[in-house]
Amino acid sequence: MNPDNKAGIGIYIHIPFCIRKCLYCDFVSSPGSPDSVRKYMEALVREIRLCGEAGTEADTIFIGGGTPSIVPPALLDKVLEEIYKVFKVSPVAEITMEANPGTLSHEKLYAYRKMGISRLSIGLQSADNDELKSLGRIHTFEDFLISWEEARKAGFDNINIDLMTAVPGQTRESLLRTLKTAAELSPEHISAYSLIVEEGTPFSEMKLSLPDEETEYLMYDDTTDFLESHGFRQYEISNFAVPGKECIHNIAYWTRKDYLGFGISAASLRKDERYRIKTDMELYQSEWTDRNALITDREYLEPADRMEEFMFLGLRMTEGVSRDRFKKLFGHEMDEIYGDVIEKHRGYGLLDEAEGRIFLTRHGIHVSNQVMADFLL
Amino acid sequence: MTDQSRIRNFCIIAHIDHGKSTLADRIIEKTGLLTEREMQAQILDNMDLERERGITIKSQACRIIYKAKDGEEYIFNLIDTPGHVDFNYEVSRSLAACDGAILVVDAAQGIEAQTLANVYLALDHDLEVLPVINKIDLPSAQPERVISEIEDVIGLEAEDAPLISAKTGQNVEEVLEQIVAKIPAPEGDPEAPLRALIFDSVYDSYKGVIVFCRLMDGTVRKGTPIRMMATGFQTEVVEVGYFGAGQFIPCDELSAGMVGYITASIKNVRDTRVGDTVTNSQNPCAEPLPGYKKVNPMVYCGMYPADGARYGDLRDALEKLQLNDASLFYEPETSVALGFGFRCGFLGLLHLEIIQERLEREYNLDLVTTAPSVIYKIHKTNGEVIDLTNPTNLPDPSEIEYMEEPIVNAEIMVTTEFIGPIMDLCQERRGQYVEMEYMEETRALIRYKLPLNEIIYDFFDALKSRSRGYASLDYELAGYERSELVKLDILVNKEEVDALSFIVHGATAYERGRKMCEKLKEEIPRQLFEIPIQAAIGSKIIARETVKAMRKDVLAKCYGGDITRKKKLLEKQKEGKKRMRQVGNVEIPQKAFMSVLKLDEN
Repeated sequence: MNPDNKAGIGIYIHIPFCIRKCLYCDFVSSPGSPDSVRKYMEALVREIRLCGEAGTEADTIFIGGGTPSIVPPALLDKVLEEIYKVFKVSPVAEITMEANPGTLSHEKLYAYRKMGISRLSIGLQSADNDELKSLGRIHTFEDFLISWEEARKAGFDNINIDLMTAVPGQTRESLLRTLKTAAELSPEHISAYSLIVEEGTPFSEMKLSLPDEETEYLMYDDTTDFLESHGFRQYEISNFAVPGKECIHNIAYWTRKDYLGFGISAASLRKDERYRIKTDMELYQSEWTDRNALITDREYLEPADRMEEFMFLGLRMTEGVSRDRFKKLFGHEMDEIYGDVIEKHRGYGLLDEAEGRIFLTRHGIHVSNQVMADFLL
Repeated sequence: MTDQSRIRNFCIIAHIDHGKSTLADRIIEKTGLLTEREMQAQILDNMDLERERGITIKSQACRIIYKAKDGEEYIFNLIDTPGHVDFNYEVSRSLAACDGAILVVDAAQGIEAQTLANVYLALDHDLEVLPVINKIDLPSAQPERVISEIEDVIGLEAEDAPLISAKTGQNVEEVLEQIVAKIPAPEGDPEAPLRALIFDSVYDSYKGVIVFCRLMDGTVRKGTPIRMMATGFQTEVVEVGYFGAGQFIPCDELSAGMVGYITASIKNVRDTRVGDTVTNSQNPCAEPLPGYKKVNPMVYCGMYPADGARYGDLRDALEKLQLNDASLFYEPETSVALGFGFRCGFLGLLHLEIIQERLEREYNLDLVTTAPSVIYKIHKTNGEVIDLTNPTNLPDPSEIEYMEEPIVNAEIMVTTEFIGPIMDLCQERRGQYVEMEYMEETRALIRYKLPLNEIIYDFFDALKSRSRGYASLDYELAGYERSELVKLDILVNKEEVDALSFIVHGATAYERGRKMCEKLKEEIPRQLFEIPIQAAIGSKIIARETVKAMRKDVLAKCYGGDITRKKKLLEKQKEGKKRMRQVGNVEIPQKAFMSVLKLDEN
C-alpha cells in the first residue's frame, strides 16, 4: 500500500460490452456483435501499441467493463500480450478482471489463469434473487455459486465479490443475509457500493421503493460492522479486504498514482494530466493512427488541483491522508492550506487524526461529500 | 411665438388596464405625426419593464400636431402620468402641468378605485375632465351603465362621452375634436417673469439632466439664467425644445402655455426636483408655483449583492438609477449575515420591486433583499425622536418611551359579494373601518385606516386573491399613530440573524414568528448538525423549529478512475454553498431571506 510514484503505473482496460444492460448501469457498455467485439479488441491492441509508453513499468492491470468475461479469452489474451510487449510489467503484478456470473465457464476460467489474470472481481450484487431481478441482473444467486466454485477450482485465490446496498426492495435483514452468504464463502475482498440512481438510466425513470435515508445509513453501518467482525478490514469507503488482499489498482486511484486507461471512456492520469478516451465506438473502431485523436477532456493539474485531489481522494481511504506526504509533495504544511477546514470538521467529529494522518470518522464517512467539498480550493 | 389658443395641454387618466397607453398610441397615430411603421406598440411606455408590467413608471410627454375639423392646426401636449399609488405625487405634478384630462373608463369594468383617486386629483387641480368610454368592442361592454356610473358617482357630465375602442381606433377622432372643443387653452403671460413647473426629469449621459416643464408664464431660451426655486440650484440654459415621439426636438424658445424641456449641463436629478419652479434668476417671479413637496421614501429595505464581490457594481448601478429617480434613496449599510450592502428607500412596494428588477435585469445583479420596513418614529425616554428605517437599529426597549407607526387612508373598490372577505382581511391587518359607500347596487367603496406596515408585504396579493382579482386599492399616507410595536428577532443556531429582524405589532408577533420559523425550516437545507430556528422578542423565545442534522451523503463510486466526475460533483456541491450566507456555522440560502416576505400565501 505504499503509494510511491516511482513505482510502476496502473493500466485500465475498458470492455464496453455486456449481454444486457442492468437497469441501474451508468457505465459505457452495451451488447455488441461478435464482429464489433473483435474490431474493438483489435483497436485496443493498437491503442496500447501506439500509446508511446514503451518500457514504462506497470504494477497493476485492471480489465473492467461492461462484462469483460463475455469477450472470447483469445481476444483478451492479445490485449494482455500487447501490454506485456509495450510495458515492463512487474512479475508480481496484480491483474484483475471483472466477471459476471452466468458468463464464466470452466474453460474460460482456465484460459484466464493461463494468460496471467491473478485476481477476479465477480459481480454478485445480492444473494437475494428478487433483488437481483429488480436490478435487471442476468443471473441468479445459484448461477453465481457455480461460477464461484469454478473459479476456486481453476485456482483463483484472490477474488472480490461485488455487492450493492440500498437496492430496491432491500431490507436491513436481506442485506445481512447477503453479507453473511458472501462472507461464508471466504473471498479475499468484498466491495459494497450503495446504489446511486443516475440520470439517464432506466432506474431514473422508474418508481422505485428504495430504502429511506435512515435505513440506508443503518445499512452502511451494518455492512461495515458485519464485515469488520468477519475478518474483512475496511480500507476504503466501500471496500473491505482480508489484510494484505486490498486491491492495489484501486488504491492507486485514491493515492494519485499514474494510470493509463485504454478503451472508450477510459480515464487516465499521467504526468499531472488527466484525460479520457472519447466515448465514440465508431471512431474507436475506425482506422485511426494517432491516439491523440481519441483523447478528450485533457486537463493539466495545477498544484492546487493536485492538493485538492490528494485530500478528497485520500480521504476515501480509512487510513486517510498523511501530513508528511502532503509536505513532501507540495512543499507546504497541510495546515497552511487546509488548517481551517480540518479544524472545522474535527470540531464536528467528521475528521480525526492519528499518527500524522487525517481521516474520516465513521460519522464523517456518511457525509463525506460535505467534508470533501470543503477541500476544494 | 405660438398662439396659446392653439395649444392644448392634457393628460390621460385611467385605472390600470383601462386602456390609457393604447389610447395615447391612437391619438399620436391619428394626428399623423408618425407613420405606422414608426409606431412602436406603445410609444409612451418606452422602458421594457413598463411594457411587461403594463404600468407607466415615469411620466413622459409628447407634442403632436392635430389638424382639426375647423381647419386650424392645434398643438397637443400629451403628458403621460404614472399609474400607481406609489407615484401619486408625480401624478399630481403631471396633472398640474395640464389644463385638462381625458378620463378613460373601461366599458366593461366601470369605475375603479384608481379611477376615482385620479379623477379627484384632476379636479383638485381644476382640470377640465373629459370622460371617454373605452373598450366598447368588448362583448361585455355596458357603456350606458358606465355613463350613468360616471354621472352618479363622480358627478361628471358624461352624456356625450365618446364611445371608443382604442384598440381598433373606433371613434378616436371624436376624442381629438373634444380635446379641441372642451379643454381650455392655456392663458399665461409670455412677458411676465419666467415660471415653469418641473413635472419630470431624466438623465442623459450627453446632455445631463433633461428637465421636463410646463411654462406657466414668461419665456425661456438658450442662455437664460435660471434658478430652481426650491433647491436653489442655479445655472444657464443650454438648450430648449419639445417632445417629438420619443425624441427631443430643439427649438429657439419656450413661452407661456408651452410644454417642453430644458437642458443646462445639470449633473444630478436631485437638483431638479419634480414640482419645483424654474424661474429666471435675474428676473425672478414673485412666488413659486404651489404644491411643491420633497417626496420622501415610505418603504425601506436592505439590498445586498448575492456575490459580495459585486458590492461596487451595486453601488454604481444604484447611482445610475438615482440619476433618473430622485425619489430613490440609498446609503451603505452592513449586515452581519449579508455583508456589505445598502439600505434603500422607495415610494412604495411597487417602486421597490421595479428598482429591484431593473438592478437585476439591466445591471445583471443577483440581489438579496431584506424584508421591507416602513419608517417608525421612536420616542425615546430622553425626549429624542428617531426615524427608524432599519429594525436592527432599534434602541434598547428601556430607552424607548413609545413608538409610532405610519397609517394610511385606504380606499378599496370591490364588488359587493367580496365585501365580507375584504373587510376580514382589513381587520386581520389591524385596519380601522371608516365607512362604506355603495357606488351602485353591485359595487362598494370601502374606506379603512390601515397601518402601512401591514400593507407593504403582501396585502395587495391577498386583496386580489380574496376578491378573485376584482378589488382595487388606493391609499395615501394619513400620518402617524402610537402603536404597541415589538422587534421580532430570528435566531438561527442561537445566533441572531440581523437581516431577518423586523418590527411587528405585539398582537401579531406570535403568529408571524411562528410562520417565519416554519418558512425558514423549509428553506434552510439540512447541515452537518442540528439547527434550531427561533423567533424571539427581546430574550423571550416565542417560536421554535428545528432543522435536523444531515445523516447521509451519496457515496459515489469512482467509475474506472474517472476522478474528474467525482470532482465535478464536489464542485457542484461547493457552488451550492457559495449561494448561501454563512451565519455562525450555518449556511443559509439567499432565497431564505426573501421567502419570509411572503408568509401569507394561502
